[in-house]
Amino acid sequence: MIRSRSVLCVRAFSRTYATATSPHALVFIEHRHGVIDSGSLSALTAAEQLGGQVSGLVVGGPDHVHSVVDKVKMLKGITSVLHSTSPQYVEPLPETLSPLFEKLLSNSSPFTHVVSATSSTAKSLLPRVAAKLDVPAVSDVTSLEHDPATGSTTFTRPIYAGNAIATVRAPGSVAIKFFTVRGTAFAAAASQEGSNAEVKAVDAVEVSDSPTQHLKTTITKSDRPDLGVASRVVSGGRALKNAETFASTLYPLADALGAAVGASRAAVDAGYADNSLQVGQTGKVVAPELYMALGISGAIQHLAGMKDSKLIVAVNKDPDAPIFQVADVGLVADLFDVVPELVEKLKK
Amino acid sequence: MRPSAARLLNILVPVKRAVDYAVKIRVNPQQTGIDTNVKHSMNPFDEIAVEEAVRLRERLKDQIKSIKAVTIGPPKSIDTLRTALAMGADSAIHVEMPESAPAPEPLAVAKALRAIIEKQEGGVDLVILGKQAIDDDLGLTGQMLAGLLNWPQATFASKVDIDVAKKEATVVREIDGGGEEIRCHLPLIITTDLRLNEPRYASLPNIMKAKKKPIEKLSASDLGVDLSPILETLKVSEPPKRVGGGKVESVDELIAKLKDAGITAV
Repeated sequence: MIRSRSVLCVRAFSRTYATATSPHALVFIEHRHGVIDSGSLSALTAAEQLGGQVSGLVVGGPDHVHSVVDKVKMLKGITSVLHSTSPQYVEPLPETLSPLFEKLLSNSSPFTHVVSATSSTAKSLLPRVAAKLDVPAVSDVTSLEHDPATGSTTFTRPIYAGNAIATVRAPGSVAIKFFTVRGTAFAAAASQEGSNAEVKAVDAVEVSDSPTQHLKTTITKSDRPDLGVASRVVSGGRALKNAETFASTLYPLADALGAAVGASRAAVDAGYADNSLQVGQTGKVVAPELYMALGISGAIQHLAGMKDSKLIVAVNKDPDAPIFQVADVGLVADLFDVVPELVEKLKK
Repeated sequence: MRPSAARLLNILVPVKRAVDYAVKIRVNPQQTGIDTNVKHSMNPFDEIAVEEAVRLRERLKDQIKSIKAVTIGPPKSIDTLRTALAMGADSAIHVEMPESAPAPEPLAVAKALRAIIEKQEGGVDLVILGKQAIDDDLGLTGQMLAGLLNWPQATFASKVDIDVAKKEATVVREIDGGGEEIRCHLPLIITTDLRLNEPRYASLPNIMKAKKKPIEKLSASDLGVDLSPILETLKVSEPPKRVGGGKVESVDELIAKLKDAGITAV
């Protein structure tokens, strides 16, 4: 009995080694001025689910990389941290970062997967690298499963603005599998004490005469929680009339709830809110505990960005607005009456 | 003095025929894909790309030598090219695929586009693509093409200024949390964000004129590329249905529901 079991074990073990190496993910850990992006923490969780080693890669200017590395090595699931520092990496330009990735992923590379958040930086950079390595990429995955026997990885991802879910398999013949991770589908990796992740510096690959030059970055400042990770979101649509009423109506409610502010495309296009606040297929995808849609009709493209929220509350004058088909709680009323009353009564 | 030929820009605009953005799609019973027997139109981001090319010509006049639209797809994709021609493209290329062939993946599309670019007499200085197709929502093709060609890339562009004499573009990009301005040398790959422009409607005279504009037909083998997918699509399924929870009559009831869910003011 015991013998037969041990034979089985050996067979399973040797087969793993004979046909495919165990997975080793390289996770692109993003940070802005030393603050780790929460999406990267979700990417880490996804990478851990592959069932192998997980290396984090931190790049940036000399000022921030070391403090980020100190934080990253404490993250659960990380087996090693690679870091590379260069004045050229202060701004994450694909043209300057791509050669570093190519070097890390070249022939003798131990990596089987390259993972990142579905962030604007990674979306720009990683497909460029994948193409240089002649491998496909999978965007915005919501679940994954790796089969060590065949070296294939199966992903699910939303298509058609989230109106269908595709299950795709990257076969073992794809040597390095690139994918980005939908942050709201994976919990953020937590910090833990006493981690012994190996830390290793990687020489930067200097790009002389880069064809692209960074001129400036404008980040919309806000004291409110970040839209992508907020547990509560208050969103406004075209019905908010203009930028002033958008602010004067939504902000007090957002403040009362400790919520982030979002917007529909109509509100952004009309200039009521900044582009970076757009929720939807082409903007941010959020899945907070509470999503309040105020004066938003609920177009397919907007629903794509928020329909995984736990509790959806809609306030709209139009009883036939499609938003009511997904809302857990709907109120047919003028939001200009409702919101002030709501703020007042919530505070009691 | 007339500008030298080397300073005239050739623009390539890849476009994709996709299920119209307003269509409520349905997964087919075999779970292999969606019911495609519905209205199709040009991918909205590609309309923005065509519009941008046409606006560049309106701004830069003779400095734009050509605007060529290209699509890879089944015979019906020719309608999408006609739309691009009616919006102001000069000519088009149709890389035709059999109706039954699976949709090519971004890597294959990028390789086909590279082959097309290499075939163009006078070269290509600017490729403007949509940032993503609204069917597969992958958003990879532009970046992959930039990688294959080793050209600079300006993704998610919301503003584009081109200095033809300097062969430079200044692009404002939409990034998480705000915006970024970069300057790139030509030749360059640009991918469009929604805020770049408002695409025009093709007028009837322009639609008529578009019928006379040339469309070159090519096949994948002409380009020496293999368009068959590397990734296997195992299944396409319906997302979990969300059922609306009904309506309340007053703010008090709304607050009661919030409290039930454990949500109170902070």
